[in-house]
Amino acid sequence: MVESLSEVLPHWAAVVLAGAIAAGLIVAFIGGAAYIFIWLERKVSGRIQDRLGPTRTGPLGLLQSLADGIKLVTKEDTAPNAADRFLFRVAPYLAFCAAFAGFIALPFGYQVIGYDLSVGAFFMLAVLSSEVFGVMLAGYASGSKWSLFGGVREAAQVVSYEVPRSLCVVVPVCVAGTLSLSQIGNQQVGWFWNWNVFHDPFTFVALFIFYITATASCKRAPFDLAEAESELVAGFHTEYSGMRWSFFFLAEYASMFAVSGLAALLFCGGWHTGFLPFEPAERFGFWLGNLLNVAVFAGKGFLGVLVMMWMRWSLPRLRIDQVMMTCLKYFLPISCVLLVGVCVWQLFVPPAVSASVRFVLAFGTVAFVFGVVVSAFALRGAGMPPAGELAGVWAKPAGKV
Amino acid sequence: MTLPVVLFALIAVVTAGSALGVVFSRSVVRAAVWLLFSLIGVSLLYFLLGAEFLGAAQLIIYVGGTLVLVVFGVMLTSQGPFAGPRTRPAEWLAGGLLAGALFALIVSASLDLGRPAPPTDQPLPGVGPLGLTFLGVPEQPGEARGLAFLLPFEIVSVHLLVVLVAAAYLARAKKKVAQPPTPGATR
Repeated sequence: MVESLSEVLPHWAAVVLAGAIAAGLIVAFIGGAAYIFIWLERKVSGRIQDRLGPTRTGPLGLLQSLADGIKLVTKEDTAPNAADRFLFRVAPYLAFCAAFAGFIALPFGYQVIGYDLSVGAFFMLAVLSSEVFGVMLAGYASGSKWSLFGGVREAAQVVSYEVPRSLCVVVPVCVAGTLSLSQIGNQQVGWFWNWNVFHDPFTFVALFIFYITATASCKRAPFDLAEAESELVAGFHTEYSGMRWSFFFLAEYASMFAVSGLAALLFCGGWHTGFLPFEPAERFGFWLGNLLNVAVFAGKGFLGVLVMMWMRWSLPRLRIDQVMMTCLKYFLPISCVLLVGVCVWQLFVPPAVSASVRFVLAFGTVAFVFGVVVSAFALRGAGMPPAGELAGVWAKPAGKV
Repeated sequence: MTLPVVLFALIAVVTAGSALGVVFSRSVVRAAVWLLFSLIGVSLLYFLLGAEFLGAAQLIIYVGGTLVLVVFGVMLTSQGPFAGPRTRPAEWLAGGLLAGALFALIVSASLDLGRPAPPTDQPLPGVGPLGLTFLGVPEQPGEARGLAFLLPFEIVSVHLLVVLVAAAYLARAKKKVAQPPTPGATR
């Protein structure tokens, strides 16, 4: 983009303008994605809890996020007397800036990237782990005990989960041989068995460990100890209202999409569909091909966020000692084993064995997903109780009134 | 005035200004926030010079690690809200003298360096050559093996691990001498 702008503008202006356009696009994407995620969260939680979710605000309740936004903007922006005003005010922006900076190095398609860092994966880990600083600062500066507890928990949790998360990122990087996210994406072009997740059993397991630890470092349930509304009122954001509060949630949704996108890039083929044996941007032209690429990448990211929401509304919250134990006693050793295993696999396993394992993993996964979807459609409505009766433990035993 | 020079001036002003903020803050946590801006400024300078790995390492180690631990430590140990150290005039004097001497040393050393060479358009070596040099693998097959840094690195990391284990051992909760269990006693 800099080159084409340089033809009509001096070079420095082209660089500045290109940067401004990229930043504007990223902010617009984060805002738009957050709009959909807020609506989706309400709908998903409603369906899981046997409710309808928002229905009055527009078709399917689609304007609910707009209503929420208007409510948040018009709320009074307060700060408690005991708070450290400067830190209290700056904390939400720090959290949001960290989440925003992660998107700079995230490729959305073939050469569709804010800035193509040669160490993109490492940079993503660095900036996403600094989001915790804003949250801790919010907890400390609020001058409230509940907020402080939330901040301390968040710090302990995120600093611990950073270790297995980083080790799980190294596993596909060992396979790819580069830290550049756009190169890792380019390597997985073609059919879906070229994806890193099917490379060997270790990368296959690493995807799930990475996803769980990334959920924990986004402080999503069942790891949302920092806000734990049943114990800590609302945790680190107890004292926030209005726009500052919404910045925390913008940061949370942005980092959820960023880690899902990172998982898609490192493990699941990035912007490739997995069913086209060529690079769409080269075959269909840059703009048309990348339209498909960006749609596929955003779809994979949204799917990851959807699974996070599904987990949040299905699983109960862990206790803080269970959270720490899960990380230090299970995820950390498992990720070390995965790292050693993927190195040994690449060095010592003969090509015939690794190719056959790759096909078994790929086609087994596809068959499993296909089977689950088909059975869900085949059983649609079969598990429901008759009209006027309740399901599950409330169901009336047969023969009784 | 080219764009890199303007950007350098901007980042340098922010870095130096936040460094002053660190010195003049009363509260430890406020000093940590100023230090955050200062360290981010330094990492942006690395990015500006094209040292991407160094910039990202600066972010992950100092911002994601050290500063989080500073604030975490203050949260756990602080006696009152928003506490900070009180400095005596003698400490200001000693600190000022030391800082002035260090600043004079750095200024005289950097004036001796001369003007930097203009940046070339050649692509900078990425992390691949960096890692291979670190492991002592020659860039062209057949060359002599270079100096490897893997063994010193491992020695340092095992040393750090030993220090960590020892610190955890010293700070452990002292167990009482085992007593015969009394009925109804909870553990």
